[in-house]
Amino acid sequence: MQGFTYHRPTSVADAVVLLQSEGASGIAGGMTLLPVMKHRLATPLALVDLSGIAALGGIEVDGETLTIGAMVRHVAVADSPVVAAAIPALAALAAGIGDPAVRNRGTIGGVLANADPSADYPAAVAGLGATIVTDRREIAAEAMFTGLFATVLAPGELIVAVKFPVPLAAAYAKFRSPASRYAIVGVFVARFAAGVRVAVTGARPSVFRVPEMEAALSARFDPAALAGIAIPPDGLNGDIHAEPAFRAHLVGVMAARAVAAAGSGAA
Amino acid sequence: MGNVTGIGASILRKEDLRFITGRGNYVADIKLPGMTFAVFVRSPHAHAKLLGIDATAALAMEGVVAVLTGADMKADNVGGIPCGWGITGKDGLPMKEPPHPAMAYEKVRHVGDPVALVIAETVDLARLAADSVVVDYESLPAVVGVLEALRPGAPAVFEDIPDNLCCDWEIGDRAATDKAFAGAAHVAKISLVNNRLVGNPMEPRAAIAQYERATDRTTLWSTSQFPHVVKLLMGNFVLGIPQHKLRVVAPDVGGGFGVKQFHYAEEAVVTWAARRLGVPVKWVSERSEGFVSDAQGRDHVSEAELALDETGKFLGLRVRTLANMGGYLSTFGPNIPTNLYGPLLAGVYTTPAIYCEVKVVFTNTVPVDAYRGAGRPEATFLLERLVDVAASDMGMDRVAIRRHNMIQTSAYPYQTPVMMEYDSGDPSGCLDRALALGDWDGFAARRAESAKRGKYRGIGLATYVEACGLAPSRIAGRLGARGGLYESATVRVHATGDVTVLIGTHCHGQGHETTFAQIVSDKLGIPADKIEVVFGDTDKVQFGMGTYGSRSLSVGGSALAKSVDKVILKGRKIAAHLLEAGEPDIVFEDGKFSVAGTDRSLRFDEICLAAYIPHNYPLEVLEPGLEEQSFYDPINFTFPGGAHVAEVEIDPDTGTVDLLSYVAVDDIGTVINPMIVAGQLHGGITQGAGQALCESAVYDDASGQLLSGSFMDYAMPRADIMPNMKILTHSTRCTHNDLGVKGCGEVGTIGSPATVINAVVDALSPLGITHVDMPAAPNRIWRLIQAAGLPKAAE
Repeated sequence: MQGFTYHRPTSVADAVVLLQSEGASGIAGGMTLLPVMKHRLATPLALVDLSGIAALGGIEVDGETLTIGAMVRHVAVADSPVVAAAIPALAALAAGIGDPAVRNRGTIGGVLANADPSADYPAAVAGLGATIVTDRREIAAEAMFTGLFATVLAPGELIVAVKFPVPLAAAYAKFRSPASRYAIVGVFVARFAAGVRVAVTGARPSVFRVPEMEAALSARFDPAALAGIAIPPDGLNGDIHAEPAFRAHLVGVMAARAVAAAGSGAA
Repeated sequence: MGNVTGIGASILRKEDLRFITGRGNYVADIKLPGMTFAVFVRSPHAHAKLLGIDATAALAMEGVVAVLTGADMKADNVGGIPCGWGITGKDGLPMKEPPHPAMAYEKVRHVGDPVALVIAETVDLARLAADSVVVDYESLPAVVGVLEALRPGAPAVFEDIPDNLCCDWEIGDRAATDKAFAGAAHVAKISLVNNRLVGNPMEPRAAIAQYERATDRTTLWSTSQFPHVVKLLMGNFVLGIPQHKLRVVAPDVGGGFGVKQFHYAEEAVVTWAARRLGVPVKWVSERSEGFVSDAQGRDHVSEAELALDETGKFLGLRVRTLANMGGYLSTFGPNIPTNLYGPLLAGVYTTPAIYCEVKVVFTNTVPVDAYRGAGRPEATFLLERLVDVAASDMGMDRVAIRRHNMIQTSAYPYQTPVMMEYDSGDPSGCLDRALALGDWDGFAARRAESAKRGKYRGIGLATYVEACGLAPSRIAGRLGARGGLYESATVRVHATGDVTVLIGTHCHGQGHETTFAQIVSDKLGIPADKIEVVFGDTDKVQFGMGTYGSRSLSVGGSALAKSVDKVILKGRKIAAHLLEAGEPDIVFEDGKFSVAGTDRSLRFDEICLAAYIPHNYPLEVLEPGLEEQSFYDPINFTFPGGAHVAEVEIDPDTGTVDLLSYVAVDDIGTVINPMIVAGQLHGGITQGAGQALCESAVYDDASGQLLSGSFMDYAMPRADIMPNMKILTHSTRCTHNDLGVKGCGEVGTIGSPATVINAVVDALSPLGITHVDMPAAPNRIWRLIQAAGLPKAAE
């Protein structure tokens, strides 16, 4: 790892200023950034540690919206009675990220800014139709992710919080890589009064929704409703653990499992 | 017995206090005054001409001490890295043994091949500078698989070996085997791959070298399983350092599994650099560097046929194996897929005719060498898969066909048609107990229960025999070993009766400090905490061949037992003098020398004191002091064996294999510490299950890049893939060493891949699937189920 200047601002405004400096990088939990720096694949000149900014914390429910601060760590989401009451599927998703060490450090904002194609939170954000609040605007889930490790965030733009609409029911099912334990395919299913949303992570460069599944499930919220809906393997990710056709198949399997879990009331 | 720290006691490991409190002393922990830090520049190409290296920019950087290259080593007349085994081909000619420069010049032959060493005042500065070394490569087509490497026109890893064939080796009687096949009622066939593995010990490799001008002595600290052998190979063949001027220290080492039992180029380069520069030089491998520079394991492609009569009796076995050596010959490389493989193909069966040919092949991959089990898991996997196929072909029960062909316990010692004479064993006893412990007979109900949940359940078994306790030097020499394979131990008894053991084996996790102390404790009747076991420093320990091949207890322990016996013999002479009795009348029991039939006795420590303060001592016939040394060369291999049973459940929707239960019944001879044995079994079985279910070193066919080059892509077995294992020892004594010990370090890894895969195939057998290559990972299983074309279980 190369040397860098370390900043720990206490306000969003100060952080945003510091992030404008040349070669600066924000650091949330560091669960991706630190390994990348150790491999010298990233060599930031300055790290702006966001953990001192109280405004980036907090979990609260206001009516039909659950708001989670950008610096809330996975363990806090997993253990939160507020999350468990509002969107238990989200708590379960957080409890299944990485391992305890990762959950103790990693944050929701960090995950979303990083936009790893196999991260779990993007599936929840897209599946629940969440809104990403930054220091300067609100971004709809659909607009957030633009490709492999790519988002619409401007340089130096800081995620402040994520606002999740509370669904009638939801569940997340993922199939883990036997090596990294990241999602090879993760499917988040959420049922709202207005209809069902299905979002898939791990299978393409970034999270995507499956309109055919959403239509079928909106008509009938049952795993059997998914029968016959095949995801074409074209354009899906492939690696030594899962070829595109296998991923395509797993989307169907995980979607069915998520629907079954949501339908049974389990997270 | 009656000794609470003697043989058979599950005492806690003496070494664990320092390990679990973070007080171990590993190579990376060592700091020397004026120490510099080295980083290797490694080839990003699998195969390329090395046109030039420009270190100008790196040398100008802050804190950089030197940048050294293969050309510098050549100019200094540094020798290549030697191979420790020279095998002989069918044609009677020696294997092809191309040079292995410690740092490449002219050509690189695998991704990770070292081309330069950057030395700086800190490791970060060295890394930065390494990034600035400009290496001019001319990329060449690469070849990574054995089948491709043998095709006419394939890229030649070495120009003067255009067919990439290191050796075409054989064992067994070809004519007799052909005859057996000619008379067979049925021939069962299998084609299989034994997947390449990356060893990944928890502690990466490391080396520190120091040259002291005042004494002209050189010291290398290395993460080695055999420091004396490194001293001999590096001093004598690579760097030309006289043996009395070279010290090699392997302190605490965090896991080896074979990966650390070779003399590596990095050891020689760092030592050469420290001598050339006159400053200590330290290198610690990074994990990703280990993936492309630690020798790897397995990597066979095989075809095998088993000839049977109409009753299912095995008449003959024919095996053709292609074994990948990688880009260079590592220390034991050519020995593993030949001498440690072919002679194991008899297994525990009476097959009268066996013929095996092995083509040993160069490719543009990391060199392949011994990895826990080394050749024997490959033999067991092939044989036990083939026996299952034969049973299936002939409609026979898998247990019945094995019983029908098993060597009877009364038939030991048993001479196989492939060199080995098994001294002892009870394969049917192991099988009976494994089947009982695994509730083999109750499986049908469990399968039905799984089916109700839409899951495929399978049960599998494998028997195995291992040849370990490496090795009788006379046999090894005949097979091409370029060294002896004995072991040595000194027992230094102090004046106070405390004991220091100096032994030539090396402990890197096995618990030798405890096990060896228990042997001494048992024999001398003193508590284990009065015994210290010293190893891993060539300045302290006389000599030794190190630890690998499950040899430490059977060879090292036997040397130790001999030395203790010599101590007792001398003690009897001293006691006879002091007790004024004849030596034949002295008995040694419970730590006391007594005159038989009297109450006159002396404690062990009283004898020790007399030996060191010889005021009343038979100086005319006996030297003072009490220290004995032995070198022990075994007369045969030892042959642990056993039977394992595993049960799996497969989710047809995802292809996931869940290992539900694992039973191991092993004949490992006398057990010194049952707790340590259980630990060895747990680790070994998990390592084998890792190969069976998840691990695989995958190279890109076109570029030769290692695709599974980090833990993000290389799937290590984790605790959560393992069930609670049931471990049972069912031992017969080894007949040719005094302790009756056989060895247990590798048995788990030898039995488990075959056992697990046999269970996986059984689970899928209703679909008509007869073989599954390793690893039985989800994508592969899903593909097989798709190809079988049957409807998947309910959503």
